[in-house]
Amino acid sequence: MRPLFAKPISAKQATLLVLLLLIAVAPAFFPSNFYYRVGTLIFINGLAVTGLVVLIGYAGQISLGHAGFAGLGAYACALGPVHLGLPPALSLVLGAVLSGLLAWLVGRPILRLKGHYLAIATLGFGVLVSMVLANEAWLTGGPDGMAVADLGLRGLLKSAGIKVGNAELWYWLAGLILLAGAWLALNLKDSPSGRALRSLHDSEVAARTVGVDVARYKLSAFVISAVYASVSGSLLALTNRFVTPDIANFLHSIELVTMTVLGGAGTVIGAATGALLLTALPQVLTALQEYEHIVFGLIMMLVMIFLPDGLLPSLHRLLRRRVS
Amino acid sequence: MTLLSVEGLGIDFGGVTAVDGVGFTAEPGRIVSVIGPNGAGKTTLFNMISGVYLPHRGRVRLDGEDVTGLAPNRLAERGLSRTFQNLQVFLRMSVLDNVMAGRHLAERGSTLADLLGLPSTRRRSRETERAARALLERVGLERAAEREASALSYGALKRLEIARALAARPRLLLLDEPAAGCNPVETEEIDALIAAIAAEGVAVLLVEHDMKLVMKISHHVVVLDHGEKIAEGAPEAVARDPKVVEAYLGAHAGREGSHALG
Repeated sequence: MRPLFAKPISAKQATLLVLLLLIAVAPAFFPSNFYYRVGTLIFINGLAVTGLVVLIGYAGQISLGHAGFAGLGAYACALGPVHLGLPPALSLVLGAVLSGLLAWLVGRPILRLKGHYLAIATLGFGVLVSMVLANEAWLTGGPDGMAVADLGLRGLLKSAGIKVGNAELWYWLAGLILLAGAWLALNLKDSPSGRALRSLHDSEVAARTVGVDVARYKLSAFVISAVYASVSGSLLALTNRFVTPDIANFLHSIELVTMTVLGGAGTVIGAATGALLLTALPQVLTALQEYEHIVFGLIMMLVMIFLPDGLLPSLHRLLRRRVS
Repeated sequence: MTLLSVEGLGIDFGGVTAVDGVGFTAEPGRIVSVIGPNGAGKTTLFNMISGVYLPHRGRVRLDGEDVTGLAPNRLAERGLSRTFQNLQVFLRMSVLDNVMAGRHLAERGSTLADLLGLPSTRRRSRETERAARALLERVGLERAAEREASALSYGALKRLEIARALAARPRLLLLDEPAAGCNPVETEEIDALIAAIAAEGVAVLLVEHDMKLVMKISHHVVVLDHGEKIAEGAPEAVARDPKVVEAYLGAHAGREGSHALG
């Protein structure tokens, strides 16, 4: 007997479908325009976190310095139009290329390190970037930050006869870019490169014996995740129209890693859930604002102790046990 | 025609000589077994040949080319594949993905193409899946293909490692105790599998404790004791060698004696 569907829906298609539906349907429930802004921030964080899924979830390498790449992307968008006369969109691309190159240079020596040593080395990299951004005031405006040019998309749409509010436009734009980022990461997972990354995560020695050039694949995961973080930082700067060195802050790196492991680092949908929860909570519960970092730390500890695989995989296992 | 030749191989760990002056050769289509009491240096020898350890002395040649100290992935490119005594399975991946990962050298391509999901990438993945399913069938794991590897029994994981090693289409296959922890039926199956692999022209190097298995399928046996080669030759000849008998029984008798004294 032939099955009803020629092919069952793959995990990749299911993830993209769920993301698409959530992005498309959520605005129907927004009580005010403010929620477009919250949604935009969720998607922007979700993009950086999707990059970390490739690094942490697939390849099993840690980084506590990816906010450094977000800072690079953000300042590329701030400086590109002022100093090089580049349009903001092109500055975003330039920032991504620079971040990728820097990740390649930095990653070559530090990815030889493992575990805690790698965590400390990446942390050092992030701190370095944020210090440069804060101290080189002649270029970056120092701790006071600097203004960022308008992306110009809204004006473009207006001249084409499409009128859309700024908050709404950013919601759809960031949602679309997140979908594209998720699509790329999902393509990678079940591809030859994805298998190589996941295999070195589980056993480096076995990965080597089947021919995987472990150093090369770790480096490509590092570069890919750096580009994601850079684009995420660029988008944040462009939507805020302002940037301060805080974007490259150590705490921002920790937030991104917490989001990644909370939902479950191994899957894009899990990481997106982490970004959703940890971005939305402080926005909605403004009372928490002062204790935000304490809450983040607490969540990270609880997840590590009770749900080491992350929220979604643990829930999934629980449900499966209930059913059977 | 010699595929692998090992000459005077040796390594020390913290001043203690683990393996010293070991040499032998392996030819396509033949099974060479390395036997010896516990701690004789069999796995250490395997680790040096497969590039996991860097030997301190001696040479390893593949097709006459000196490959001593090459990284395992470079050796894999030259047709060397192996399994591990203490299992190195990709436990978070599915059984099918484990074997597919074994075909890395044949399916690898540009990571950018893989990110974009280009048709070439999808074609390579399809070919790999077809080859991997055929190998799973060969080791009797086809029905476990979609399960997570960590859910398999020990004996099944041993066979999964063999399937993964075969996915690389090796010319030289190193099997480190493939039958350890397997029941007699499973051992029988692995025995037939190894013989079939060799019959296809693969040079097989085997470390095994199960003497019955070794004597039955080996063409050539190398005996190690305290890191040195004490005998080699046809299985029947080696089994009668007084030095070999002493290494096995003597060690045993020695232990008995120390028990009695203690």
